[in-house]
Amino acid sequence: MIEVSARKALRTFTLDVDVRFARGVTVLAGPSGAGKSTVLRLIAGLVRPDAGRVALEGRTLHDERTFVAPFRRDVAYVFQEYALFPHLSALENVAFGLRARGVARGARHDVARRWLERLGIAPLERARPHALSGGERQRVALARALAWEPRALLLDEPFAALDGATAARVRDELRPTLHALGVPVVLVTHDETDARTFDAPVIRIEAGRVIA
Amino acid sequence: MIRAAIAAASSLLVLFIALPLAALYLHASPARLAAAFASPAAVAALRISLETTAASLALTIAFGTPLAYALARGAFAGRTAIDALVDLPIVVPPAVAGLALLFVFGRYGLAAPALDALHVRVAFTTAAVVLAQLFVGTPFYVRAARAGFASVDRLYEEASATLGLGPLRTFAAITVPLALPALAGGAVLAWARALGEFGATIMFAGNLQGVTQTLPLAVYLGLENGDIDLAAALAVLLVTIAIAVVAAARALERRAA
Repeated sequence: MIEVSARKALRTFTLDVDVRFARGVTVLAGPSGAGKSTVLRLIAGLVRPDAGRVALEGRTLHDERTFVAPFRRDVAYVFQEYALFPHLSALENVAFGLRARGVARGARHDVARRWLERLGIAPLERARPHALSGGERQRVALARALAWEPRALLLDEPFAALDGATAARVRDELRPTLHALGVPVVLVTHDETDARTFDAPVIRIEAGRVIA
Repeated sequence: MIRAAIAAASSLLVLFIALPLAALYLHASPARLAAAFASPAAVAALRISLETTAASLALTIAFGTPLAYALARGAFAGRTAIDALVDLPIVVPPAVAGLALLFVFGRYGLAAPALDALHVRVAFTTAAVVLAQLFVGTPFYVRAARAGFASVDRLYEEASATLGLGPLRTFAAITVPLALPALAGGAVLAWARALGEFGATIMFAGNLQGVTQTLPLAVYLGLENGDIDLAAALAVLLVTIAIAVVAAARALERRAA
């Protein structure tokens, strides 16, 4: 369970939300600029709220007295632009979270390889991000987020950078993986198709407020 | 007509730059070069230059890297002023820089009481050569490094943080590798500027063979003493290094772009 009860002044409005994300997938939907990404950044600790509380499985990540730094939250974030490290191979990207946790090179590469296999891109392990297609990058980004078994997964418009056919295929492939994770997964989208087809609760926000 | 004028002006200027450099190489026959490089003055100057530029480059990187990162990323009072200040040594005449350093580290300088208490003498020692090089070379590194850090998308640092790497480790694993061509290009330029340093060194460190006499100072002294062959041989060495530096800096600029 992720709890976000927070206020944050943004450029044109104030984000003011009080939401819970249970284990399993929750779709956070709304038009562009509604504050969806800010909710994710609050959960990840990339943005500090002006006031309020953020907690994960009962552990306070932020309140008046507490601020847990992003690197200590164990919250995985798949960025809209993927943000794959351009100087590292696909394998090294996927192994990065394990490297941060002190897992030895051989062991972390084994885990990373299994994730690349699972997502069907094993032959690309040595490729750098610039040599990958949009769909391949998306999978590497997802594998990088999952390989170290995070306590929560945040996905920011995971299909927006893909063309329609690829997006539909990746969405179908991802659905069972995400549902099977057993941790809270928040999937941000402005696309109604994502919201409808993900077979998951939908929370809608507009101009910084939850509307349904 | 206009094209001819452009061609003429361009050729003259290119020739003006190329001819003096070529003249150095023309003067330096292999036999003369060998004889010059065997002389104790040349060997000592080469050693001093390599040691002092290695030290000043290490200091430039150790102190310049955090400064460049702060200038690229930080939001603090006086950032613009510090940014401009760091560029100043590029345009301050080197002799003035040497005098200014004497006013701090010299016998009656601002830092003299502290240095006396520690029984440390700086002016006219090898350490003064290093400080003079640090003063004039730093801007080249900090400018390049600042631009390099600014070009690294913050998103990568945020991604690294969410994956569990703290700020220092993110800096080492993500920011520095992504800015590396710019950092290396800046380091090459700063080192080259330090290697060619003359004015501040002769004012602040003097011209003592084996202690403060670097290659450019040895060129000057060779000419003073009428040893043209020595001066020309060391000059050829410096120009050859300069050509390599320009080539390396351009290659790194292309990689950074």
